[in-house]
Parts: sequence; C-alpha cells; structure tokens
Amino acid sequence: MASLEIKNISKRFGKVVALSQVDFHVEDGEFCVLLGPSGCGKSTLLEIIAGLTHQDEGTVFIDDRSVTNLSPRERDVAMVFQNYALYPHMTVAQNLGFGLRMRGMPSEMIGKKIMETARLLGITELLDRRPKELSGGQRQRVAMGRALARRPNIFLLDEPLSNLDARLRVSVRLELKKLHERIQTTILYVTHDQVEAMTLGDKVVVMREGKVHQIDPPQIIYNKPADTFVATFIGSPMINLFKGIMTEQEGRFILKAEDFHLEYVHGDLHVGNGELEIGIRPEDITVSHEPAKGLRATVEMVTDVGAEKYIHTKLGSTSLTAKAAKEESFQIGETISLGINPSHLHFFHDGRRI
Amino acid sequence: MSRGFWTKTVFIFGVSLAAAFSLVPFLLFVSSAFKTQTQVTSIPPQWWPDFSLKFFRSALKNYGIMHYLVNSIIVAGTTTLVTISFGAFGGYALARLKKRWAHLILMGILACAMFPQIAIAGPIWRFLQMMGWLNTYQGLVLPYVALTLPLAIWILTLFFHEIPRELESASLVDGCTRFGAFIRVVLPLSTPGLFTASILCFIYAWNEFFLALLIMTDPARQTMPVGIALFQGEHTVPWGEIAAASFLTTAPLVLMVLVFQRRIVTGLSAGAVKG
Amino acid sequence: MNPKDQRLYLAFLSPVIFLLLCFIVAPIASSLFISLHRIIIGLPQLGNPFVGLENYRELLRDSVARHSFWITVIFVAATTFFELLIGLFMALLINHRFPGRGLLRACVLIPWAIPTVVSAQMWRFLFNDAYGMINYAVFGAETARYIPWLAIPGTALSAIIVADIWKTSSFAALLILAGLQVIPEELYQAAKVDGARLWRRFRHITWPLIRPALLISLLFRTIDAFRVFDLAFVMTQGGPADATNVLQLYGYKKMFVEGWMGYGTAISVCIFIIVLILSIIYVRSVGRRLLEVSV
Repeated sequence: MASLEIKNISKRFGKVVALSQVDFHVEDGEFCVLLGPSGCGKSTLLEIIAGLTHQDEGTVFIDDRSVTNLSPRERDVAMVFQNYALYPHMTVAQNLGFGLRMRGMPSEMIGKKIMETARLLGITELLDRRPKELSGGQRQRVAMGRALARRPNIFLLDEPLSNLDARLRVSVRLELKKLHERIQTTILYVTHDQVEAMTLGDKVVVMREGKVHQIDPPQIIYNKPADTFVATFIGSPMINLFKGIMTEQEGRFILKAEDFHLEYVHGDLHVGNGELEIGIRPEDITVSHEPAKGLRATVEMVTDVGAEKYIHTKLGSTSLTAKAAKEESFQIGETISLGINPSHLHFFHDGRRI
Repeated sequence: MSRGFWTKTVFIFGVSLAAAFSLVPFLLFVSSAFKTQTQVTSIPPQWWPDFSLKFFRSALKNYGIMHYLVNSIIVAGTTTLVTISFGAFGGYALARLKKRWAHLILMGILACAMFPQIAIAGPIWRFLQMMGWLNTYQGLVLPYVALTLPLAIWILTLFFHEIPRELESASLVDGCTRFGAFIRVVLPLSTPGLFTASILCFIYAWNEFFLALLIMTDPARQTMPVGIALFQGEHTVPWGEIAAASFLTTAPLVLMVLVFQRRIVTGLSAGAVKG
Repeated sequence: MNPKDQRLYLAFLSPVIFLLLCFIVAPIASSLFISLHRIIIGLPQLGNPFVGLENYRELLRDSVARHSFWITVIFVAATTFFELLIGLFMALLINHRFPGRGLLRACVLIPWAIPTVVSAQMWRFLFNDAYGMINYAVFGAETARYIPWLAIPGTALSAIIVADIWKTSSFAALLILAGLQVIPEELYQAAKVDGARLWRRFRHITWPLIRPALLISLLFRTIDAFRVFDLAFVMTQGGPADATNVLQLYGYKKMFVEGWMGYGTAISVCIFIIVLILSIIYVRSVGRRLLEVSV
C-alpha cells in the first residue's frame, strides 16, 4: 500500500499537448478514478506513473519518494491494460505467476499465490488454458489476477471494463468494489464512463485535453460541478444549460433567461452584471399537467427508458429535459408546466462555477 | 456449354500447365538418377526409370558425393544459426527504434543485398587469404552470414512490428528488464517469423555457388553446388552421377518446400507488399 | 525514447552492422580502390601502380567488354519480360482458392528452391545435342537433325535465357502474388454484381492495383538478372565465341582465371554501379512505402 502524488506533470508528443500541469494526490488505500473523454491524456498519465513513458515536466511520488529515475520494474506498480495484454504463449497460470517469477519468488510460493489469486477471482478452472481460448470476461479476470498476484503498492487500471458487454460490465464493477473493500490497495482507475466513476471512486479526477478540471468525491462532483464541462459530462441525461442575467429589482433578485424568468431568493450570490450560464439537472425539474403553476412549455418528445421517462420540452427557444415517473404519460405537443426550484440551480460565469 | 464450365476447364488447364512447366524439366533430369546408363542417353527417351541405384553408388564411391553433402550441411546450418541469431536482435532493434533512423538503417541493409557478388568477392578472398581462412568453414560462413542477413532482417523486422507493444509494456511492469522482455515475451511469439527466415536463409546458403567456388578450392571442403558444377567424367559427361548428386542436393529442399510452402510464400511476399 | 533503451537497441544492432560493414561495405570500398590500380597476379615484379581511371578507359575500348555488356542487357530484358508474364499467370492461378492449391504452390516453388547449378546442369542435359529432350521434342527420333543448342552462338544465349526463365518465374510469381492478395475480395464481388466479366475485372480492378507489385518485381528481377553467373558458368562457360559471356562471368575470368585483378575489379565496379543505380530507384520507390505501411 502506498500513496501516490502527481505533481505538475506535463507531456507533449510533438505539437500535441497530452498533459498539462496535472496535479493531484491519492491517499494510501484510496480508490481514485481518472475520468474524462477519449484523448484527454488519462492513459498517458498511467504510462508515466508506471514508468513506461517519461514526462517532460513534473514528478511522480510513490510513498513520498520520487520515482523519476526508477524503471517500471523498480516502481512496484501493477497495471491492467485496456486490451489486457495477456501473454499469448503462456497458460493462465503462467500469466498470473509471471510477475512473481520475475521478482525471484521461489516456485512453491508462486504456486500458492497463483491458487490464491485464482480463487479470489473465480478462475481456478482456467489455469491450464491459453488466453485465446478464453472469453472476454475471463481474459479480463486473468488480467486483473496478473496484477493482483503481485500485491503491488499501487494498482493502475486502464479502462478495464470497456471491452466487456453491458451486463458483464455491471457485475464486474460490483466485484471490483467488493475486491477493493477486501484488500484496500491504492487504486488509480481510468475510464470515460461516468457511471463507473460515480459508483467506484472514493475520489474522482475529471480531466479534459490534458488538464484537470475538478478533484472531489463523486457526490460533490455531481452536486457541485466546478465548471460547465464537468456539469455536462457527469449526469445522464445531461444537465440543462441556458443563458441568463441576474438582475436586481426592489431588493429581489430576478434571473432573466431568454424566454422566462425566475425569482431567486437565495440572495447570497454575488453575480455582478455579466451573462451567466445556468444549469439545472433533469431530476430537479418537476413536470405537471396543470398549466397554471410554473413555466409553460411544450412537449417535443418523450423517451421511455422503462424505469422512468425523460420529457424533452421546449420553452420558447430553450430546450429543457425533465424526468418523470414511469406511470405518468405525456402527449407530444401537449402544454405542460415545469417547476424549477431555484436552490437547485448551478451558476456558471465564463464556464466556471460561482 | 455453360460459361462456368469453360472457365473451369481453362482454369484446370492453366493449373496443369503451370505445374507441368515447373515440374517436368526437373523430373526428367532427376529421374535419370534412377536409370541405367543406356536408359539415360537413349533416344527415344525412356520416361520411366528402372529405379536402379547404380548411379547413386557410383556417385558416392567414385565421386565422393558424401563429403560434399556434409560440407553443405555444415556450412548452410552454421550460416543459418548465426544469421538468425544476429538477425533476431538486429530486426527487433530496427522494429523498436525511432522511425527515421530505423528507416535509414533498413534501407542501407537492403542495399547491401543488391550488390553483385563479384564486387565483394575479390577483397573478401584477399582478406581470407590473409587470415588463413581460405578452405575453412568460417571462411565461407562469415561472408554467407553477411549475404543472408539483409533478407533475414527484412523478414524479421516486419514480424517484430506485428507484436503489440502493449505486451512488452505489461512485462516491463511485471518486472522484466527491456532485454528480459525481448527474450521472454517477444522472441517466443515470433517463432513463425524466425522459422520462415531460417528456411529462406538455409536455402540461400545451401544453393550459393559463386563464393563457394572461389573460397573452397580444396575438394575436401567444397560444397554440393561446386561439386555438381565441376563434375568431370573421364570421357563423357557422367549424367547419371550428376543426376544422382542433384537428387541428393535437392531432395531436402523439395521436402522443405512441400512441408513449408505456406511459410515460404508468406515470408517472401511479406517483404514485397504489405497491406 | 528512453536513452537506456536506445543504447540497448543499438547494442542489438551493432553485430549486424559490424558484419555488414566488414564483409560488404569494406570490400566494395576496397574494390573501388583496387580498380584504380594495375594489379596482375602472377607478375608481382610489376608492382601495383596506381593508374587512375586507366582500367575504365581500357574497358570502354575493350570490344569483349562491350559485347559482354550487351549480352547481359539482352539477357536481362528477355528474362525479366517473360518471367513477369509467366509469374503473373502463375500468381493469378495461385490466388484462387481451390483444392490442391498448396500442391501447386509447392510445385511452382521447386524451381526456385533448387540450386542454380543444378538447374544449369539440368538444362545442359535437356539441351544436349545427342540425347537431349528438347531435341527429341522438336525433331522426334531423327537424331541426324538434332541441333547442338549450346554450341551455336545464337541459340546458346536463348538456352540460358530459357533456363533462367524456368528457374525464376516462380519468384516473380510470389512477389506478384503478394500484391494480388492485398486486393480486397469485395472489389471483385462488387464488380461481379455490376456485371463485369473475367477480362473486364482483370483489366479494371486487378491490373491497376497490382502495378506497384509488378514494379517491385520488375526492379528486383532486373537487379538480380544483371548478376547472372551460375548459369553461364555451368552451361556454356561463356562460349561459344563469347555468346554467353555475361558481365559477371567476364569479370570472374579476368580476375581469377587470368589474374588481371585491377582490370577485373574495374569490371565488377561497373556492374556494381549499374546495380547501385537500379537499387536506389528500387529502394526509393519501394522502401518508403514498405516502412510507412508496416510501422
């Protein structure tokens, strides 16, 4: 177990900036998720931590020791690659034991560790097979096992679930969480899937185009996104964003959007005179058939996902999506009213939260 | 007659033609090894041999074919071992070095394969004479290695490119050194490429004539191609014995081709156009 | 790239580079040097004076050399042309999937696999003036009319050309086959659906797309053909009357039989320069594409 500190890491490939002053800390035993769209530099960062690539600037500290001059072998990290990278010419057992053999462990010990790990991941019947005989889910477990067997200081996982089909993904996700609770290793987990980030991480680092946007536990990321990118990236269906200006009238604050306005009673907001971007999550908008209360909008489309419904509405020229219970029903073209609780609003100026 | 029928007929005709073109001259010659003396030179020609082994015995006894064979095996075998060893390391390095350098070096190596043997034969001969290596195995093996390296490296580099770098990365993280990653992960996975390169290398060394002619002047050390080229009879050309010797020389090659034809084709065309 | 890794790779590469430098680059440089001297083995008392380009000037005046050059050019032209043609034919056949395809491939490979000297002896046998199969095929049992193919200047060169075509068509076939296999099957299927028949498909799909492979085979074969030696040595020894005295054989005779080291080396340098120019063309047009695609 070890802590991991990423200090000011930058890296470019020719003209392309992969990472720009990335800075964060992972506590001993913490499950930290690196979340971001493809191409945001997360895999590059993992390679730098493992020692496979060299950063242009900045330092990586493992357990408060700089590892810059250490080879991957010396850093004692384990990595699960996106495509698993299992050794095709070795059996599952040999794959699992490879790292241990490299570190000079005596063979009876290796045998025991292999059995232990195989039992932990439920792959004991597969030990004599070769990777090409395994299914995707099985290969994924072997890849995890190979990393686990070494009981490393730090676990690096590069989108380990992305090649699995949807149902398998959900069950493996659960198992991962249970595993972490059992063995309490420091984990750095890279993904572009925000559901994985929300459910697995103790802490989430949101990245885009090589820069860190927010570092916080999942609930805070969700409820207090630091900027419009984070707000729109997390949450499904996506947060509603619209522009508006906050004005003051006789001691009351009125939020003026293009097609409507709201009274804002939480007056502790210093908003100045600039234009704001305002966000409201679909589940924070109530929909009712009675046109009298709230804002009047027209239903454009209804998406029924079974467990609930998403109502896509149009208010003037603004589009807003709201959630509704699965029992309710709406017609296209129907006029309904939306209720927005101002305390659920997110305010952004120049993209950043205020 | 349907169009399909004609196409098929033409196709079968084409295939037979190609096979006959390749095989008939060869079989005509090599079957002489199994004939009797009169059958060899008879007109009209005797198509089917008697399967007499007289010429083989004569070739072995009177012309000492066996030691030619042994020499060929030693030279070709050693060359292949050395070339593949050097070539594996070199090819891997070229597959992993920065593109611009690798490209330049590879082109240089390829260019080495294009030069006429005669341009290098003279100075090599003088060098070997100086070292006292004329008529020794190393005197022939070393130039052969130089001649077969370009082909081996060309094939091996392409095969090494195919091995995903992620596998090496995984082994590094698991605790290998870069060298260890090469030996434990890359090499085992490239056995098809190594094998193909070995076959091609062996065939080249086995068949080489020009340098063998120059460097091995002592009959005790000569290889098969030289032996066959210099076959002298007392009064007439000893076709039967030549055919027998040719049969012995080509039998292992034909076997190799039959068994490994797919690999050989892959190896040779791998260099040509990769798509 | 990690400097430690780079050092390792260079270390891996150094034995290869060293060997090639020693046994190919250095000898060529040495040949260039020797060709500028007058060296006659067997007459050491004449010393080895530096004569500059005198050897080359003499080469230009040497009628045998000029004849040899043209013989070689004819050889190269004839063999390359036919080998590409036959090779194309064979490649098209092998490209189809049919039972026995592996066997055909093996048959086609046999001429390539056997030593050139064996095939040379073989053709010497077949072209024999008393009992050769070629004579039998043309004249039947009328032995009186048999032609001594290898003893007449005109036919001797043709005999060698035939021998080379037999031996190397399969290699050309393999190179062209590589180009054929890259053409996606879907193109042919789309063409069939569009109603194109066999010849049309060949002309509009196959032909344009294998031109690069044909070019590669052309250059490769041309370079190789200039280096012909084994066939001429075994079949005709350069005769009759220098009819098959190809360049490399002429150089060999001058250097190792007559002992004219300097002069013979000049011949070898000329061959080298011809091949070098061709190699540059080859490597530039092929090498870059090769590495672009594979990296």
